[in-house]
Amino acid sequence: MKIAVLSGKGGTGKTLVSVNLAAAANEVVYIDCDIEEPNGHLFFKPEKIQSEKISIKIPYVDEKLCNGCRKCVDFCKFNALAYIGTKFLVFEEVCHSCGGCVLLCPEKALFERDKVIGEIQKGVSENVTVISGIMNTGEASGIPIIKKLLNDVNKDENHTFIDCPPGSACIVMESIKDVDYCILVAEPTIFGTHNLKMVNDLVKIFNKPYGVVLNKCLEGENPSEKFCIDNGIQILGKIPFDNELGTINSNALISVRESEKYKDLFCILLQTVMKEVQRETVINS
Amino acid sequence: MKLAIPVEDKTMESSVCISFGRTPYFLIYDTDTKESFFLVNSAASSQGGAGIKAAQTVVDTKVEALLTPRCGENAAVVIKAANIKIYKTIKDSIESSINTFIEGKLSLLDEIHPGFHGHGGK
Repeated sequence: MKIAVLSGKGGTGKTLVSVNLAAAANEVVYIDCDIEEPNGHLFFKPEKIQSEKISIKIPYVDEKLCNGCRKCVDFCKFNALAYIGTKFLVFEEVCHSCGGCVLLCPEKALFERDKVIGEIQKGVSENVTVISGIMNTGEASGIPIIKKLLNDVNKDENHTFIDCPPGSACIVMESIKDVDYCILVAEPTIFGTHNLKMVNDLVKIFNKPYGVVLNKCLEGENPSEKFCIDNGIQILGKIPFDNELGTINSNALISVRESEKYKDLFCILLQTVMKEVQRETVINS
Repeated sequence: MKLAIPVEDKTMESSVCISFGRTPYFLIYDTDTKESFFLVNSAASSQGGAGIKAAQTVVDTKVEALLTPRCGENAAVVIKAANIKIYKTIKDSIESSINTFIEGKLSLLDEIHPGFHGHGGK
């Protein structure tokens, strides 16, 4: 069973929710797909770390074979190639590694080489297998890293919590496309509600069953809660805007492992989520 | 000497375009023969890599200098690989830009911006 935790904006509490749900569960896998800035490992402090480099394919030319026909340059819809004088230029950060130029070259003058764009780290923190995707600074797209992260876990029998990147762009879509259930984390602000609407639309497009966790809840009006009620969206739980929780989290500790109060809160949330996931799976099977 | 200038429209009365990669047209002008023509910049509607494609188009016209207010880093790599000099225009007027260049008063463009790469808005 794969459960993705996402939110329209950063800082809403995706990592708080996914890390604590994983910590509250039995044997589970936690995957940090926020590859531009993975931070789940700061809380889990996993041990026995194994790393694996992730590379993409970049074309290069054998100048002796190239006759300068420029079919590759015209073909590349990303405009990653140029041919100047007698020199073939590749703009690596623009290349999407589609491999089309290599297939197309009539002279068979183009080849592919590996370019490392990041790595995957796998470790253990008590009951949780912690897997983090890390993209090197300056790389254009982390999709290949996310593909690899989720491809590996598809073979895993255990429950998996996926900590998604913020926003609703390609890397989020890649992170949620094969999950069984989505948890949307929302803040009690107008801005937070706006971003909740964006991910709400996204999970609907992907036809995923989902529910909302309201984070940083204060007394008084919560526009995100109102949005859920008005649209008949299931509220899975509420996390208070609380000094104790904030302090635990700021010290990179996991509240489930530090505080009975939060252990209870996240265990109840986990039960609610699991009940929903099972119900949805029965309906959809 | 043959020049390329990114321009807003297909007339000499139009103005120099602020964007190199996504300019609608290039004016190709020969300072010796005074001959000129306008080239459609097919890169303007590219999703990405517009500067690279626009630069390839300019290089293919075999100009010796590019007059532009700005140029992104990828485009500059292509232009410089072809040994084309990039000069910085000061005014919007096409005619004045050409005349200032002929008078030798345009300086080389030394600030190459890092490009917008999908963040430049629409």
